[in-house]
Amino acid sequence: MDGGQLLALFRWMYLARATEERLELLLKQGHLTGNIYRGLGQEAGAVGAAYALDRREDGTGDVLAPTVRASGALFLFGGAPIDFFRQYLARSTGPTEGREANVHWVDFERGILGPVSPLGTMLEVMAGVTLSFRVRGEDRVGMVFAGDGASSTGAWHEGLSFAAAQRCPLVLMVEANQWAFSTPTAGNTRLTTFADKAPAYGIEAESVDGTDVAAVFEATRHAVRRARDGKGPQMVELRYFRRLGHAQHDSQDYVDADVLRRWEERDPLSRSRARLLEQGIVTEEELERLCGEVEAEVRGAADRAVAEPTPVGERALAPVYTDRSVPVPWTRRDGVDRGATGTPPART
Amino acid sequence: MKGAAVEREKPDHLTKSSRGEPVTFLEAIAEALFEEMERDERVFLLGEDIGVYGGAFKLTRGFLDHFGSERVIDTPIAEGGFTGAAAGAAHMGLRPVVEMQFMDFVSPAYDVITNYVATSLYRGAGPLPLVIRGPVGGGNRGGPFHSQNVEMAFFHTPGLKIAYPSTAYDAKGLLKAAIRDDNPVIFEEHKGLYRAPSLREVLPDEDYVVPLGVARTVREGHDVTIVSYGAMVRRSLEAAEQVEREDGLSVEILDLRTLLPMDEDAIVDSVKSTGRLLVVHEDTRTGGIAGEIAMRVSERAFEWLDAPMLRVTAIDSPVPYAASLEDYFLPQVQDVVAALRYLAEY
Repeated sequence: MDGGQLLALFRWMYLARATEERLELLLKQGHLTGNIYRGLGQEAGAVGAAYALDRREDGTGDVLAPTVRASGALFLFGGAPIDFFRQYLARSTGPTEGREANVHWVDFERGILGPVSPLGTMLEVMAGVTLSFRVRGEDRVGMVFAGDGASSTGAWHEGLSFAAAQRCPLVLMVEANQWAFSTPTAGNTRLTTFADKAPAYGIEAESVDGTDVAAVFEATRHAVRRARDGKGPQMVELRYFRRLGHAQHDSQDYVDADVLRRWEERDPLSRSRARLLEQGIVTEEELERLCGEVEAEVRGAADRAVAEPTPVGERALAPVYTDRSVPVPWTRRDGVDRGATGTPPART
Repeated sequence: MKGAAVEREKPDHLTKSSRGEPVTFLEAIAEALFEEMERDERVFLLGEDIGVYGGAFKLTRGFLDHFGSERVIDTPIAEGGFTGAAAGAAHMGLRPVVEMQFMDFVSPAYDVITNYVATSLYRGAGPLPLVIRGPVGGGNRGGPFHSQNVEMAFFHTPGLKIAYPSTAYDAKGLLKAAIRDDNPVIFEEHKGLYRAPSLREVLPDEDYVVPLGVARTVREGHDVTIVSYGAMVRRSLEAAEQVEREDGLSVEILDLRTLLPMDEDAIVDSVKSTGRLLVVHEDTRTGGIAGEIAMRVSERAFEWLDAPMLRVTAIDSPVPYAASLEDYFLPQVQDVVAALRYLAEY
């Protein structure tokens, strides 16, 4: 990697962290009613991996299914921080207009396939996305992020089995952050590394330090190349640690403070920053300026999103089917006949 | 599409309608699939043993040779996996048709169908045009795992459509409509109808569809309305003929054809003209569709009713294996006759 690339990766990681920190502030200020999820300590895994993909804006590039802890990957793919805020704030201006939350949004032009909460499902869905690439002879790959917990689901197994049998160009990023909510890795598997699961599917795997953005990029780049070359699904395990609770409500008292401290010392942004300075790629002042710019951008996006409206309740009736609408309850017709359901019978 | 087919000649057994020969219910479905795959190269099939073997009921016999292994895909035994994969392929513009070898095995895919597929449009992830089809229903001594009806597992899920034909004509037309629909469709095929000689019929030579959401009046009458679907339409018809012969009763029969969306207007109109409603379904009783139908009639035609709304259904048990047990489990013609007489005398 050259200096420019390393600096770019730092900037994406910084954007992810600044955006999430701003989100936390919005929560504390009472702007959010839902939960927030942080990817603190996992930024390098998200950014380094997505940087290895072919990102386009015309619907012909690679496809990414991130998780809530991979917001940096989402931003790299053209997901805008303001949309991230709109989603969490349930604004009618957001990609799902308040009907779905957080990173759960889709933009096929940019190759963004937001996940659903049962994350193992995304392996199944991405198996089909990448099957379409293979049968159409398109030079594209699909990348799925999924963590410790998802790896125990049947969907994870079924999706990977299908993708492997069909030699789909799928790259699975295992977010080995050592926790599935409050359950440690040992509660999910007797293996000590998820890479050991790969041989059971006849696929290749690499395990990488998920706090080292350049190492993540290199490992993922190889995996993406193999997938693109028709070698079937690839797995990359990102070894790192979930440094905050599952969601904001979780104080994670169950985590050993010493372990947490050791992982804080391996902060991906600090490591990246040290390297940039060490190698003379940027000066302290230049870095400070860059961070200031990112923070201003993030603050601006958050301020704009906060000022935007939430949807009116009736928008809950928004499309469930492409060709028919869901009836309005007759008790809420407001005198307007909109195909109400349960019309009370005329009393005689 | 890559993956050249080995053989391009259309198999004889799939051209009966174009030759004016009668087809079975199963052949009608096979013709629909084949013709849709010919018409639209985005349509492809996924399922267990559908390729080389031609499907558990040989419904897709000849498809692999004609269309190749990239449009007729034999999958691992992983219903969730390949249904999810169908969703992903549909995201990318393909139009998958998923076969459940027996619909009883759709349950591993329940998660992806209800949480992912059905919610896609609403979540802003775009429409998911895919069909999940397969054999359902009892009477074939298949036991608990090869006999179930699955409609009510999905009826409660907004975003899905459910079709359940009772004739060869409807099976072909509804399946074509389902494949062309931009919404996900659960398509139930009663295996007892697959090769029933009484259902063989000559179908139109030309392309046709039966629109989803439109019921069919099987028989007109003025004393009682029967609302039914699937294999129970035939059974209801036998009962109606018997009570007409023996009691002089005039029974109207409505075949729903599509459960979601439900043709509520047709039900309400019929009940308003007869004043009596009997719902007959093969599915088990509790939480069966009869409850929903009765509530809709209560909402819209309460004043027209001259008798309580009744239902004839299977009993609330798993599907038993022994013939004697299964016959007791399933609704029989005499059950329908008894209910019709009760209603007429009320």
